[in-house]
Amino acid sequence: MRASILKQGSVLIASVQGSMTDADLAQMRDELVLDVRRHRSTGVIVDVTMLEVMDSFAARTLRGITQMIKLLGATSIVVGIQPEVAFSMVQLGLTLEGTNTALDLEEGLALLKGPRIDHHER
Amino acid sequence: MSAELVVQIRVDADVLLARQKAREMAKPLRFSASELTLIATAISEVARNIVTYAKRGQIMLRLVSRGRRRGIRVVAQDEGPGIADINRAMEDGFSTSSSLGLGLPGSKRLMDEFDIVSALGKGTTVTMTKWER
Repeated sequence: MRASILKQGSVLIASVQGSMTDADLAQMRDELVLDVRRHRSTGVIVDVTMLEVMDSFAARTLRGITQMIKLLGATSIVVGIQPEVAFSMVQLGLTLEGTNTALDLEEGLALLKGPRIDHHER
Repeated sequence: MSAELVVQIRVDADVLLARQKAREMAKPLRFSASELTLIATAISEVARNIVTYAKRGQIMLRLVSRGRRRGIRVVAQDEGPGIADINRAMEDGFSTSSSLGLGLPGSKRLMDEFDIVSALGKGTTVTMTKWER
């Protein structure tokens, strides 16, 4: 299942679906990076509320997205990591270091509109 | 509900299928939502290893019991290249591909029992079990 990417002002919102294959995730990454350039977006939110499993491939892809978006000069935030998923990520050893996170879409948007986020600080 | 199920693993979509089937099988047992996620994540890791390294293999899911305790056993089997150094493969951060190298050691942490047997040129079998609390 493909991710949907919405443009809201200067922000792109990518919604990860529950059942995305590795190829789907990689495609979302590629589209997001192109879309940031195309729309001159300043912020990207990756909403993983629906994601049931965050395994090492998904985490690596998210980390890649964060780094690529940063290189383009925009800020990205991963929102909606479910408590069970966070529990499993920590046990697996996935930390998403250097990635901004927020509780949900609303918090993520508020963060992007607020004072500039310093990478690694949040 | 059958007590045993085999999912053939060849492409990344099969990884999703395997963890979905495991969730269905484990659901009637006394697992919390977190534990179901741990099982699904461990399956995701070992199934991806099959796709990445062996190209094809299978995941066998089986309900098991020990006394009154029930559990789910996952056997991931392939006839791929095998692992040259299992001790290194079980170290966090070691990978011969560009992955994070957390799959095998991470899966061991997610499950209660974990065993890996591999022979170069013959393949790899990972057997792991999660028990009800």
